[in-house]
Amino acid sequence: MTRLDALEAQSIFIFREAFAQLRKVAMLWSLGKDSNVMIHLARKAFFGKLPFPVMHVDTGRKFPEMYTFRDQYAKAWDLDLIVEDCPPIESTDPTLPPAARSAARKTEGLRMALAKHGFDGVVAGIRRDEEPTRAKERFFSPRGTDGAWNVQEQPPEFWDQYNTALTPGAHVRIHPILHWTEMDIWTYTRRESIPIIPLYLSKDGKRYRSLGDQDITFPVPSDAATVDEIIAELAVTKTPERSGRAMDHESEDAFERLRAAGYL
Amino acid sequence: MSALPLAPASGATPIERELLRIVIVGHVDHGKSTLVGRLLHETGSLPDGKLEMLKAVAARRGMPFEWSFLLDALQTERDQGITVDTSQIRFATKARDYVLIDAPGHVEFLRNMVTGAAQADAAVLLVDAGEGVREQTRRHAFLLHLLGLRQVAVVVNKMDRVGFDRAVFAAIESDVKTYLGSFGLMPSAVIPVSARDGDFIAERTARLPWYDGPTVIEALDAFTAPPTLSALPLRFPVQAVYKFDERRIIAGRIESGRLAAGDELVFEPSGASARIRSIEAWPGPAPRTAEAGQSVGITLDKEIFVTRGDVAAHGDQRPRAAKSLQARVFWLDQTELKPGDPVVVRLATAAAPGVVSAVASAVDPANLTTESQATLGRNHVGEVEIRLRRPLPVDPYHFNPLTGRIVVERDRRICGGGIVLHSAREASITEEKRGPVVAVDSAVTLAERVARHRHRGAVLWLTGLPGAGKSTLARALERRVFDFGGAPVFLDGDTLRTGLNSDLGFTADERSENIRRVANVAAFLAQNGHVAIVALVSPTRADRARAREVGGTLFHEVFVRASLEVCEGRDPKGHYARARRGEIANFTGISAPYEEPVEPEVVVDTTGDLTASIAALEVYLREAGILFPLEVDSPI
Repeated sequence: MTRLDALEAQSIFIFREAFAQLRKVAMLWSLGKDSNVMIHLARKAFFGKLPFPVMHVDTGRKFPEMYTFRDQYAKAWDLDLIVEDCPPIESTDPTLPPAARSAARKTEGLRMALAKHGFDGVVAGIRRDEEPTRAKERFFSPRGTDGAWNVQEQPPEFWDQYNTALTPGAHVRIHPILHWTEMDIWTYTRRESIPIIPLYLSKDGKRYRSLGDQDITFPVPSDAATVDEIIAELAVTKTPERSGRAMDHESEDAFERLRAAGYL
Repeated sequence: MSALPLAPASGATPIERELLRIVIVGHVDHGKSTLVGRLLHETGSLPDGKLEMLKAVAARRGMPFEWSFLLDALQTERDQGITVDTSQIRFATKARDYVLIDAPGHVEFLRNMVTGAAQADAAVLLVDAGEGVREQTRRHAFLLHLLGLRQVAVVVNKMDRVGFDRAVFAAIESDVKTYLGSFGLMPSAVIPVSARDGDFIAERTARLPWYDGPTVIEALDAFTAPPTLSALPLRFPVQAVYKFDERRIIAGRIESGRLAAGDELVFEPSGASARIRSIEAWPGPAPRTAEAGQSVGITLDKEIFVTRGDVAAHGDQRPRAAKSLQARVFWLDQTELKPGDPVVVRLATAAAPGVVSAVASAVDPANLTTESQATLGRNHVGEVEIRLRRPLPVDPYHFNPLTGRIVVERDRRICGGGIVLHSAREASITEEKRGPVVAVDSAVTLAERVARHRHRGAVLWLTGLPGAGKSTLARALERRVFDFGGAPVFLDGDTLRTGLNSDLGFTADERSENIRRVANVAAFLAQNGHVAIVALVSPTRADRARAREVGGTLFHEVFVRASLEVCEGRDPKGHYARARRGEIANFTGISAPYEEPVEPEVVVDTTGDLTASIAALEVYLREAGILFPLEVDSPI
């Protein structure tokens, strides 16, 4: 098996475990490269059509290209799409820095959406190599009724046996591409011809490596105008993927506080 | 602007470098995080600005910079000064990519160490040169072994603190090798380093002129990627049965073996069978065959009842649908495991409720002391017998590591895991073994025999190529145990073929029967307090797994290892020469395969001198508690 084959097989296994063991599952679709790979993997796992809805927790501040992409591919991929709005900024922790408050809106939006639909399993496309606190995640991450992540008391997870026991009202986050790297995502995107939002490709010497809200995401200098060129660029870069995300850099612990509170 | 559908890859080389997962374990404060920080730095794997950022953070907090800061990403960790959870970090050498799993050394977080180590392909065991082997060193090493890791490099850190003293290093090296050897683990290298200063991480420095082994990076690059289990019999645990459209797709991951359209499958525990009509795939094209590691879906030629947890196999080589099993279990929960506890046993995709019927040989791997009470405390390892309310399709671990390991849940929480030693179709292992016959007890109790012989009963099953030195080693050991006042019995394969097994030839079936008989004789002797030393080529894993089932916990597999060239060069009975001339059919090593043990208790390499081989075996027998120390009273 090649490296991508092995990654794919593990992700498919995780998708099927989630669907078999949880009552009501939804997948978060952020429209980015990672969640598009996830949708592709889920279609492989379930032989073409997703047996659960995808949910876009919408801050209303995404790039126009992202909304276009969403509407086009929700149809092309025959997705059961749920769009949920986020509450106003005033409802977030005022002690967080501004960009983190913006991200915290999404946490609150997610919490409300979960409560509204009664999902007990939420599939999310985070990866360990993105950020040190995400490196600590399990494939199946049980959350409290408030959505919070207790990193100190995570249950053991080994031999592909996942924790799915829940207290009523709580949920499990499922991370099928936790073990992938940014490079894996792009080489797989190329191998499987998965569509992407053109914002990832260089225009006027800049491109987005990671896509979030318009006001807190910035392009990085790059001349990579094709997927092949992105792959070549990643092979030599030493700049972190989320360097264009303001909230990661406002203070040294902002991101970890966000995650403990239930951010992705 | 609309999204851009991609054209298929055109000519560009795909970057699919080999990936190996390494776990770093060891006692708390022996310098794991420092080693990891150093490895990242030395391999040029740090993101731009990361080092500067952390140095700035340290300065802001008024602390000197430490390499370990790189890993201490969480606020809570920085406050406590210990690594709380498994963190995974990537780096690359010229040879390949690595994921480094940093497992916590603190005893409180053993569940995290297990979580990390269970995902690894190989391990680095870290020991502080100033402190030597400590409890967590021993506990982690023991768990690595139980978790199925066989490739371990030992790194002796902080050599700068002991003045790069060769004697200090040699003493630790000897300690570690003895301990690992007691459960059959052989380190691939023992490397003296200073992670803080960078000696022998990537660079050979002048401060260790007496050391000529590999650097840490060289040792990592020397590990091999684990093979998939395609060569073993098929095990296809069912994850789910989907009926999204007109197809009824049975989905799952092939854990071992291969399957192909047209194959006749048997599903355990029901025993129902059907043929594979198709292998399904989206977006296509559908493959005709699939093998271990792949997540697939199949359709069948008839509508038999199949459900999640069933295991599909080929008819003649299926797992046992067991109602009871015995497993070597490590326990991670605060509350001890005891007989009578209701549990759920999870095995691949199956789960069955059951009750713990016995706990034996509980041991604390930190010091290998055996505890007398029949319960299993936190972080201890013991042999647990579980009666199941529903049958589970199970293999002995030695036959198949993926379908021979279990996870134990209590109160719906994952509390432990273990490897299956045996299983039985009936609710009690002994009941099944006994059948309708009523056994008559011996007039002499086992305790009396053990007290007299000063050893416990054991089956030492010496397997290896013809000419590897099994009989020589067995005879020498027999003499040694006898001279201590013990009661050893030597069972030689060839000798038994002149009597008990004189009706058997050398076909696969006859060899299996030969082994079955010897295994039963040996087990009977061991149950009566003898050390039964069996010297038998026993070339197949399946036959040895059955011998282990018969011998149970008394069984110890000893792999007598020597290369084919060495064995053929010795050729004590002239058999190799005759086999080469075609005069002997099915001769192991020449015209029949020898399957090396996957997880023997002991490996003895006989290429070197015999005295060392016997000494290694004797060390094992003492460590395993079979031979008692000379100076103390027997424990029972």
